Amino acid sequence: MSSSVAKPVRMTYREACRQAIRDALTNDPRTFLMGEDVGLYGGCYAVTKGLLDEFGPSRIRDTPLAESAFVGAGIGAAIAGMHPIVEIMTCNFSLLALDQILNNAASIAHMSGGQFAVPLVIRMATGAGRQLAAQHSHSLEGWYAHIPGLKVLAPGTVEDARHMLRSALADPNPVLIFEHIVLYNAEDELDPAVESVDIGSAKIRRPGRDISVLTYGNSLPKALAAAETLAKEGIEAEVVDLRVLRPLDNATIFESVTRTRRCIIVDEGWKSGSISAEIAARLSEDLFFELDAPIRRICSSEVPIPYSRHMEEAALPQTSAIIETARSLVGRR
Amino acid sequence: MSERPHIDRQHGQQLFRDMLRIRRFEAKCAELYQAQKIRGFLHLYDGEEAVAVGVMQALEAHDAVVATYRDHGHAIARGLAMGSLMAEMFGKVEGCSRGRGGSMHFFDRARRFYGGNAIVGGGLPLSIGIALADKELRPGAVTACFFGEGAAGEGEFHESMNLAELWELPVIFVCENNLYAMGMPLELAEAETDIFRKAQAYRMPSEKVDGMNPVAVEAAARRAVERARGGKGPSFLECRTYRFRAHSMFDAQLYRTKEEIALWKERDPVPRMQAWLEENHMLSAEELKRIEDQVDVEIDAAVAFAEAGQWEKVEDLERFVLMDEVPE
Repeated sequence: MSSSVAKPVRMTYREACRQAIRDALTNDPRTFLMGEDVGLYGGCYAVTKGLLDEFGPSRIRDTPLAESAFVGAGIGAAIAGMHPIVEIMTCNFSLLALDQILNNAASIAHMSGGQFAVPLVIRMATGAGRQLAAQHSHSLEGWYAHIPGLKVLAPGTVEDARHMLRSALADPNPVLIFEHIVLYNAEDELDPAVESVDIGSAKIRRPGRDISVLTYGNSLPKALAAAETLAKEGIEAEVVDLRVLRPLDNATIFESVTRTRRCIIVDEGWKSGSISAEIAARLSEDLFFELDAPIRRICSSEVPIPYSRHMEEAALPQTSAIIETARSLVGRR
Repeated sequence: MSERPHIDRQHGQQLFRDMLRIRRFEAKCAELYQAQKIRGFLHLYDGEEAVAVGVMQALEAHDAVVATYRDHGHAIARGLAMGSLMAEMFGKVEGCSRGRGGSMHFFDRARRFYGGNAIVGGGLPLSIGIALADKELRPGAVTACFFGEGAAGEGEFHESMNLAELWELPVIFVCENNLYAMGMPLELAEAETDIFRKAQAYRMPSEKVDGMNPVAVEAAARRAVERARGGKGPSFLECRTYRFRAHSMFDAQLYRTKEEIALWKERDPVPRMQAWLEENHMLSAEELKRIEDQVDVEIDAAVAFAEAGQWEKVEDLERFVLMDEVPE
């Protein structure tokens, strides 16, 4: 924690997202927000409530249900000099705009020989845990992290929700921000001395010597809860918040795992072909001889996320699984 | 703006010259493709020259262009240097996209040429965003967005029509209806084969234009540009045209007859424009010879420029995947 004299402010992740957007609109006349129900309705997850009154309809621009066109319009506005924020209601709907994101946003800079940059931010909700069933509960950030030309952020704390947007807008590249639907109600104290965060590094949220738990998004609080329990048993788990899924911060990840020599990756995406698979591959390529135990991954079950509470919980990475896996890995010492 | 622009000698010759530049440039491209100097896909614009040339007459330097993978004609008519286009197709670093895009992806920041887009319909949403930005940053600027009639099958086409009219954006949608989406005949693909009627459903001013006549295209484009500059929103031009050559260099053309091609060739805009100018005493034999010579010299110089070009350093492969700054 900073030793700033200003008093910490308590706020929700949702409020942090809203304040970040308000700041962006206030500070840069080239920034506007566009998406479904961002204006009159106030945002599907109430993030943009009140902003239409404050900034008017040309800067809080409600769109029809046309993901491909309004994402493409964001790209067009960006290459023509604006710094737009596009909100896609959930990442499940972003698939309707996947062509624009991959074939235009991620490709134009390279394909044009560097003549055009795409300084666009796309925010979308991700993840499961609110019984919204398969078509509103998937975690697709790992897919997007496959694509060169994009930056992919996953704020897992109120502080990152508050400050990542500003860094993302200052970046000349298309940046995707995945806000976890369960985290919108999370509350935390915000250090007023912190005015910005980087969007290049992973962060150690809890130091520990025995095992590294690499995670992001809503699995971060689960990993921290697991570390709390493990500490009582004498197992010191280090929790690394990946924060940035593309480009991955190899340095922080490798440094942590080199120290602890054990590693669990917790990822709400499906295991096959996931960001957890990518990290595990990098660790096995580069840190093979540093490891004292096999890399373990805790991911969502490979099913469309079901509606009923007990089935949804069974499908998602849970604190108990992190605890048990850590025990088994450290127990082999 | 009168219905038909007055075509004086100079302007008539310019229309003819630009169409001839495209025609002969592409004949050279086909030759160089056979010689394997140009590789990949090569989509030629032969027969459709009147559309790009006609529309570009109505545009100013601060306007924007969004093109398709069949973008040679748009680029030449927009004023991109032929040498940079040929170098691009050779894959040389002097190319208009550093050799990264090839024939389908010409870009030019200085001329606001936002790319040949090779995903059918993929450029339409971009034109919406460019026009949105221009309303803020370059009032009065207009975006000309080109696409084939095949794009009308894509959802993005309809999404973009709606947004353009809903938000009254300064866009001119130019549908190059050459009757075949690759090999798919229009009447097998569309329940409504008059594409301009789809735009009408979005309350957009739209018209069917003779896409084999650059004067008719220019007149329609000027009407559309005037509306857009005046804040009256988008327009839609369905330019009926025809592609004389194969879709790309890998096309046996099983889907259409030689008779049909021959029929459309009677309306070839290049010799027709030449004949019209000659009949009206606006093009002498000496002037014709001079234009042809100039075009040939320009093309020869473009080929020489491309030949002399360099290959981009392999070490630069990952350069521009992520940008360090937004280019000014």
